[in-house]
This record gives sequence, structure tokens and C-alpha cells, in this order.
Amino acid sequence: MTTEAIMDQNLDLPEDPATSEAPPQVDNLDALESEAIHIFREVAGEFDRPVILFSGGKDSTVLLHLALKAFRPAPVPFPLLHVDTGHNFEEVLRFRDELVSRHDLRLVVARVQDWIDDGRLSERPDGTRNPLQTQPLLEAIEQNRFDAVFGGGRRDEERARAKERVFSLRDAFGQWDPRRQRPELWNLYNGKHRAGEHMRVFPLSNWTELDVWRYIQREKIELSNLYYAHRREVFHRDGMWLTSGPWGGPREDEEVHEKTVRYRTIGDGSCTGAVESEAYTVDDVIAEVAASHLTERGATRADDRMSEAAMEDRKREGYF
Amino acid sequence: MSNETETLTRFAPDSGTEVALPVHTDLLRLATAGSVDDGKSTLVGRLLHDTKSVLADQLDAVHRASADRGLSTPDLSLLVDGLRAEREQGITIDVAYRYFATGKRTFVLADTPGHVQYTRNTVTGASTAQLAVLLVDARKGVVEQTRRHAAVLALLGVPRLVLAINKIDMVDFDESVHTAIAQDFARHARALGYSDEDVVTVPVSALHGDNVVERSERTPWYEGPALLEHLETVPVAPDPHDVPFRLPVQYVIRPRTADHPDYRGYAGQVAAGVVNEGDEVVVLPSGARSRVSMVDTPDGRAQSAAAGRSITVLLEDDLDIARGDVIVSAAEQPRVTDEFDATVCWLAEKPLAPNAKVLIKHGARTVQAMATELSTRFDEQELSSVDAPDKLELNEIGKIRFRTSESLPIDDYADSRRTGSFIVLDPSDGSTLAAGLIGVPLAPLASAVTR
Repeated sequence: MTTEAIMDQNLDLPEDPATSEAPPQVDNLDALESEAIHIFREVAGEFDRPVILFSGGKDSTVLLHLALKAFRPAPVPFPLLHVDTGHNFEEVLRFRDELVSRHDLRLVVARVQDWIDDGRLSERPDGTRNPLQTQPLLEAIEQNRFDAVFGGGRRDEERARAKERVFSLRDAFGQWDPRRQRPELWNLYNGKHRAGEHMRVFPLSNWTELDVWRYIQREKIELSNLYYAHRREVFHRDGMWLTSGPWGGPREDEEVHEKTVRYRTIGDGSCTGAVESEAYTVDDVIAEVAASHLTERGATRADDRMSEAAMEDRKREGYF
Repeated sequence: MSNETETLTRFAPDSGTEVALPVHTDLLRLATAGSVDDGKSTLVGRLLHDTKSVLADQLDAVHRASADRGLSTPDLSLLVDGLRAEREQGITIDVAYRYFATGKRTFVLADTPGHVQYTRNTVTGASTAQLAVLLVDARKGVVEQTRRHAAVLALLGVPRLVLAINKIDMVDFDESVHTAIAQDFARHARALGYSDEDVVTVPVSALHGDNVVERSERTPWYEGPALLEHLETVPVAPDPHDVPFRLPVQYVIRPRTADHPDYRGYAGQVAAGVVNEGDEVVVLPSGARSRVSMVDTPDGRAQSAAAGRSITVLLEDDLDIARGDVIVSAAEQPRVTDEFDATVCWLAEKPLAPNAKVLIKHGARTVQAMATELSTRFDEQELSSVDAPDKLELNEIGKIRFRTSESLPIDDYADSRRTGSFIVLDPSDGSTLAAGLIGVPLAPLASAVTR
């Protein structure tokens, strides 16, 4: 049957959708979008003080886009929370602030630098500040009495994340206990928690890196330009191309090269590496991701290479 | 700089090979099941490895970790056993979700634990599966946990099973071993309500790859497909559209802005059926009638929307509707009741006692409830039933009568998964106690009840 014939047939039977032959098919991205929106709305319905973790990176930008769609034409009923390591990329902070003002959102910023300045945290010998985000994050959650915290984590990122529930309970100390996770059945999410506990919620759980990029392409989502190929001075350390900045480097023995690079993930500047790339557009990036032999974290995150269980250990302590 | 770090820094797309971008809309959700040590994680690791779904850095990590453990070949289960405790004990504790694609299909795979203690995690993985791969060890055949998992899969309505007879190399690829296990399992599956076409049996060696991705020459007597071939071609039933419309209301959207002063929309994910602009609907439990004035979607106004879509419905009349209400087809309504029979799979260490007070979350509504009658416990080993048990313990399946503090609009699970399912919560600490299915969607239990 031709498409027109099917459409004609549907037009003949408008009163009785039960017998229509070609119902609108839900494709993979639509299904992922609907699932994420369902999760946003469940949290809005069940929690008093949700917040979206927002770094200005691609996953949190997609997360914000989905939140806007979930509640349109009303505004997003949650504020945003950013844990600023003090080593964030300037371009990303500018992009973050632009988005916040464009959508008239409220942004709460927790600063790792404040904790270092007053001695509650001390700089690590390797200079990376990613693991230092946990305490400021937990304090911001406690002080603002946030009871649900949306994160952009995806199960395909890392094998400890592959074990995470969509609604993931944190105890009064912010800790994750992977051995005592609640069963999570169908699309029935359990939002019950006791005073002091909070829920981490991951609407992008079932998305892959490629899904995220295909969605960015389909929805024409604007991202920080660091995700696209550009010329940059970089130096080589721990198998990654790092850029110089307030986080230190290059050391004397580290040679600076100018290269065409892009970032596949964006985190703390001290431990996020750029990849050599000629991907100037979304289409280029999709082709590149599809052909890549490395995971995005393996390619660009020094913090996950510390040990076999680096991510699990950080998550247990209350990390994103 | 060594070559090894060089491969880690460079993006290294395959030079010269054409990259076929996955544009699949065809998706299969599957779960693994089976007893501990049957090799589920190894099989999943093998599937990922042999479909080239494992990237270089992940494989490097497995090689390093295997060498650290003194192994001569890489232990592929390390690809999925992501928790420290899992790697230390060499068992799977929790479900791991993996995403991979071949030229033919996209897969979402839930690798579930085999240990009895963690059956609740198997239930988690199976609740959304369209197919389950149930493993048995060729040397042991069908064991207690195989029967338990098969019962759970049948209860949850997982439509298709693959019985993977693993470690076939350990019985010298003996056809008679394969046949005996296949027949033993077929009897059990039939009794659970599976037809012979729903169950496919494949002899495999997860460790060596026989019949996982490609058919093995070492099992010349086996004429069926390799496991992956089957997964790529098995028909997947889409969500049925010829069922009545159901929309549990999650949230009321009222912008009250200058642009939208009067917008009042009821947001939710279509649980079943299709809704069209102009359809006559009823709001439950109140019973108020109205017509759909607009189907609003994340991308704006649409003529209609089908099961699975998150939408916002606007009605012609100004009604009092709140989170937890259900908007349904006026022509075919669910029953609205504060007392119903359900089959539950008990998932908590604390057993269920008669007259226990619990919470039930059904759709977007959470109500107080009491288990007024434990009428039957299902013995999933003998496929028989025990009348009026005094309690229901961890991993047990039983038929229970519930009374709820407020009326719920319910369908039988067999007719509508989304509006026929619920979870049971502990009112004291909020933990999830059980998976609930309205009616008796398990063939042998249903016949025992009516007998």
C-alpha cells in the first residue's frame, strides 16, 4: 500500500482510531525524548525542591532543552545548579550565563575555589579538581534543601553508571549504595525518601553519546563552540591534549603545539583533554562519534583512569 | 611518546572504511536471566566484543584487569560487571544496561544477576524486556533458578524466550545433552503459557564464541540460527494501538503568562491507545466527561498521539483535574474500584503478612492500601499453588487481594501493561516492596485459582 493510500484510508476512518492501520510510529529519538519528559514531569509532581545540575556541557544543555519541552508553554519550574571548579573553560561559563538569561532561569553556583580559599578543601597534588566537586555539591544540596537533583549521566558512559537507576536514592550523607538499589519496574519511579535523603534523577539514562548528538542535530540545539573543531594551543600530558589555563601547565618539559581540536566532553580544564578533530559541524561530529574507537571518557578524562573503580568510588561519595 | 598513548589521544576513525550511520528505528529490548555462574556476563561480554561494540579503551581496561588477576585470556565479564564488589566476587549483583547496534537492529540489553538474593534486580531488568535470553549450564541443565526466572519472565509477560545452553564445549558438543535440556525446559515453558514458537534453543559457548555471533562448525547437528542472528531477526511486536486510550495525568501545566493566560493542560505519557483532537474522554475516578480540544506535544499541536508519547491534553470543559487522575476513552473505560485481586512478586527481605498496610503507586497516583487476603502462593518449581499462605517472602509470587483508600481506574495487566501494573511501597521507609500485576496474568496460577 502506498503512503497516500494509507493516509486516505485514515482520513476515511477518523472516528475510529482503533481500526486505523498505520498509527504514528514512535522512533528511537522520540521514544527517548518522551521517556525523559515523563521523568521530568514525575519529579515535578512528586518533589518539593528539584534542581537541574547544569555545567554548560552538551549533556546538561540537552537536559535543559528537554526540561523546556516538558513544561512548555510554562517556564521550567526548577532552578539550575552549577558546581564551578574554578578551572572551568571561560567560553563554557559565558555560554552557561547566556542560556540562563535567555530562558530567564535561576542559577545557583557552588564554588570549589571558595572551599580551597578558606581551607576546607586542599588542592590535589595532580592539580585536578574534578574529585573536589563532591563536598561543595553536597553542601549546596543541603543548604538549598534540594530534594531531587537532575543529572545528565548516561548508562553508556561508564560501567558503574551502567548500574545506576533512573531514580537513585542518596542517603543523608549524599552517598550511593550500589548494593541496596531499589528495584525499578516498568516506568513506575519511586520518589519516596526520608528527611535529609535526596534523589538523583537521570533522564538521559538510556541515551548513548550518538543519540545525544543525533538529538542535538534534530532539535538544532546550540552548544558551546568548544565541541566543534577549532585551532588551539595544546600540550601533551597523561596521553591527552590539555590546554593551558589557570589550572597550570604546560610544565617545562611539555611542548606546546597548535592543533585543530575539539572537546568530546567538557569538565574541569585540568583533566579534560581535547581530541584532534576536523569536525566543524554537528553532521561531522556524528560521523566522527559513530566511527570512534574510544569512549568519550576514555578519550578525554584523566579522572576516570585513576583506577578500575574510579567512577564508582566517586559516586559512592556523592559525586554526580 | 609510545604508540599506546598515541592511540589513546588520537581520535582514530577507521581510515578508508565507509561508516554506516545507524538510523535504526527498529529496537529490541532484551534481558538476560539464569543461574549464578551460568556465564551471563561472559555471554554479554562476548556479544559486545564480537559485534565490535566494545571500544579500544574499554578493551584495554579489560586486558589490563585480566592480566592483573593472572588470567591468560581476557575475562569478558569484566566489561559488564561494573561494581567493585562484583569484580571481587566474580558475580553480578545488579542489572547493567548496555546499548549496542548491528547493521540490522539497535539493542538495549539488561544484564541481570543470577544469584537468588538478587532476583529483584532480574525483575527490574525484565520488566521492560521484549525478549529474554535464559542461560543454563550444559553440565547442569535446568535448575531451580532457571525455573524461578522463567516463572518471573512469564509473569511479567516477556513475550519471547531464548534458552541458551551454555558451556556446550564442556560436554563435548554432545547433541543428546542439548536435546534433553531443551525438552526438559520446553515442558516447563509450555506449562507457564509459552507456545513452542515463543521459545528458541541455541547451544553456545560464551567463552569461545560458538553460535554467539556466527554458527559454529563444532555443532554440525544444530540447524538453527546463531544467537545474534536470532536477535536481529526475531519479530518485535510494536505497542498495540487497537487498545483503548489511557493517559495518567502527571502534572497540570498552567503558565498564567501574558501569552498563555488561559492555558490549562494535563501532561502525561500515553499509557495505551491513541488520542485524537475531538475525542470524547472521561476523567477518572471522578467520571467527568469532556472532549479533547487540543493534543499538544513537545513539538506543538498535533492531530493525534499514540502510546509512548509524552503529551499535554487540553479539554473543552473546565474540570477539576489533578495529578493522579486518568483521562480515558469514553467508549472503553477501565473499571474503577477500591478492591481488586493482583499477582505480586515480593521483592523485599521483610515478608508480606496479611492485613499489612502498604502504599500502592499506580500510574501517577500513590494511595494507601491493605493486603486483605493472601489467597494463593505460587510454587514456581512445581508449578502448583499453595492456598492461603500465612506470608509471602522474598522472591515469592502470590495472588493477593488489595483494598485501597481511594478508588483506582485499573485494567488487567494482560490487557494493558502500563495501566495494569503497580509497585508496592513501604510507608515507613519508602522502599519498593513488590511488583504488582492486576489480575492473574500467569497461566498455571490462573488455572489453579479457578480450579
